[in-house]
Amino acid sequence: MTSSFLHPSILLIAGALLLPFIQGPLRRPYLFLVPLLGLGAVLYNTTLAGSYGLVNFLDWQLVFGRVDRLATVFALIMALMAVIGTLYGLHVDRAGEHMAAWFYAAGSLGVIYSGDYLSLFLFWEMMAFASVFLIWFRRGPNSLAVGYRYLIIHTIGGIILLAGILLHYQSTGSIAFNLLDVSHPQPATWLIMIGFGLNAAMVPLHFWLPEAYGEASFNGAVFLCAFTTKTAVYALARACAGMEILVVLGVIMALYGMIYAVMENDIRKLLAWSIVSQVGYMVASIGIGTNLAINGAVAHAVAHILYKSLLFMGTGSVLYMTGKTKFTELGGLHAKMPATFFFTLIGCLSISAVPLFAAYASKSMIIAAGFEQHLNWAVWLLMFGATGTFIYNGLKLPYFLFFGTNRCSQATWDKAADPPGNMLIAMTLGATMCILVGTAPGSLYTLLPHAVDYTPYTAYQLMETLQLLGFAALAFFLLKKYVEPMDRVCFDIDWLGRQLGRAFLFMVRHPLQWLDTAWGEAYRVVGLGSLMTISRFWSWFDWHAIDGVVDGIARGVRALGGKVRVLQSGQIQVALFYLSSLAAVVLLTFVVSQLL
Amino acid sequence: MRSLIAYLQARLKTVVTLCFALLAVIAVASLLVDTQHAHTWVEQHLPFFWSLFGFAATALIIGVARWFGRSGIQAPAEVYDRTLLPCEEEE
Repeated sequence: MTSSFLHPSILLIAGALLLPFIQGPLRRPYLFLVPLLGLGAVLYNTTLAGSYGLVNFLDWQLVFGRVDRLATVFALIMALMAVIGTLYGLHVDRAGEHMAAWFYAAGSLGVIYSGDYLSLFLFWEMMAFASVFLIWFRRGPNSLAVGYRYLIIHTIGGIILLAGILLHYQSTGSIAFNLLDVSHPQPATWLIMIGFGLNAAMVPLHFWLPEAYGEASFNGAVFLCAFTTKTAVYALARACAGMEILVVLGVIMALYGMIYAVMENDIRKLLAWSIVSQVGYMVASIGIGTNLAINGAVAHAVAHILYKSLLFMGTGSVLYMTGKTKFTELGGLHAKMPATFFFTLIGCLSISAVPLFAAYASKSMIIAAGFEQHLNWAVWLLMFGATGTFIYNGLKLPYFLFFGTNRCSQATWDKAADPPGNMLIAMTLGATMCILVGTAPGSLYTLLPHAVDYTPYTAYQLMETLQLLGFAALAFFLLKKYVEPMDRVCFDIDWLGRQLGRAFLFMVRHPLQWLDTAWGEAYRVVGLGSLMTISRFWSWFDWHAIDGVVDGIARGVRALGGKVRVLQSGQIQVALFYLSSLAAVVLLTFVVSQLL
Repeated sequence: MRSLIAYLQARLKTVVTLCFALLAVIAVASLLVDTQHAHTWVEQHLPFFWSLFGFAATALIIGVARWFGRSGIQAPAEVYDRTLLPCEEEE
């Protein structure tokens, strides 16, 4: 390892391993200190550029510390999230939960700083195996099953990625983690893209996300919403920038996630669907691939981590205090959780790209990049999706959770209150960052991978946004009875499974059953009749031929025995008579035969 | 925060009127903005384009979500009984 590079993952892993031994009053300062050291290491690394942490392994050179602008901006936001996330769950006593979160963050930072596919794969898998504990630690009735499904899916994704890496090495002889030849994609390129795409929740490989993030522990979801998908966005931006299929996939994600979020009854699943939708914007932007588009994808990833973690902290507070996550069991909470409402509202305004809030500075950049490349169809659909984002996240979530009809039971209402101080401080930090990025986008733009010549605050763009949001809000309040939450689940890919199951059942019940009946009838008529005829013949043959021969021999033997029995009278003179007669016959026969 | 919300809730009609007035101001102001930087022809030449887009897109999204949900995508909450082990959920 080169001494000038400080790998934040090492600090987080070492901190996690020591955590069980830190007990009592030292625990909380230690919990705060370790991710802060990680952030310090990332800040220190921002002064560097180039490849560090070079390790020779077999025939390869592993690069654990590739530092450039793309890696730096992602490392900064991930390290900051480790601090905010840990602060949010500071009062959680279970050391294992913090350890899992830190290993998870270490995996993400490891991927970001990796300069080769081998070390990337190592940290990639570390993320999967650490993050599953954030689901299991919820300890709900479904947590175990959901966690296993999450792990299986990510293991499959890891295998696909590994297959891609091996094919890439076979064809190029290099394991360097750089831009692939996306204009002439080989099987290796597709496999690597699919491996990354699974973690980015690309439709149809997205189904693990809403289930897992909705089921995670209240603070685990804050980590989950930041690391997996955005690390995948980083990996796609690094390796697959300009891959045209990503524009199509990104638009599908943006719309698919949006429609499901509009229908969703669970507040945290709604946010999970929102991740699918928002990551779609990033994926589409990476597919566009220009400098402005890559800047837009990275800026949106940073903004998304800030507002989405804030939203998961707000809804996590509702879960933590009331134990409920369904709109149909909540409502009117602004009166009992005013601070939570305030911070959640900032997250809602940020994701909706309201001027002065985070996503306004980033989403508009993606739209501009699309128009610049004359991808009008994609941009119009993304604008359509952006309207949907405002509906489900800017209006539906705050309205039905904090206002609307109060559907809380008396017990839920009694438990509802703002969460402990550390959770409020973490939300304050997140909200401040959202407003900072929105009001002073230059602070974010200076970190982006390419030089930025972009201003979001033009009169036209402000009017465009205000018109869109204002009249979307009008339509929402006129039609809100049609999006009233209902206690129902939404089928996703499982709908396809259910339809296939139904089709199989229909096939078994109808065509296969008919075939079975027809076969039985044919057997009865043709097969059984023939068998009976053949059997009757063999029965006759057995009776008359075989039994006839056997019985005939028996009867012959019996008759001969009767004759022989007469010969044996017991009188010596009779016996001598027969014997001499027989000898005379034999002698006569012999003489005649000699004469002839 | 609570008192501000209670204050506004007590004057809901005034709040709604103000919101409508604000929408009208936004719509009128959109006519005064220089549209030279607009990306497409339709933005430049159709008055209140983004107002219409926002309203129509919302109506369409709500309609599509409702149709999609009723076409068999939504099911009763207990459609899957996934409970494996009796264990206490964290609170």
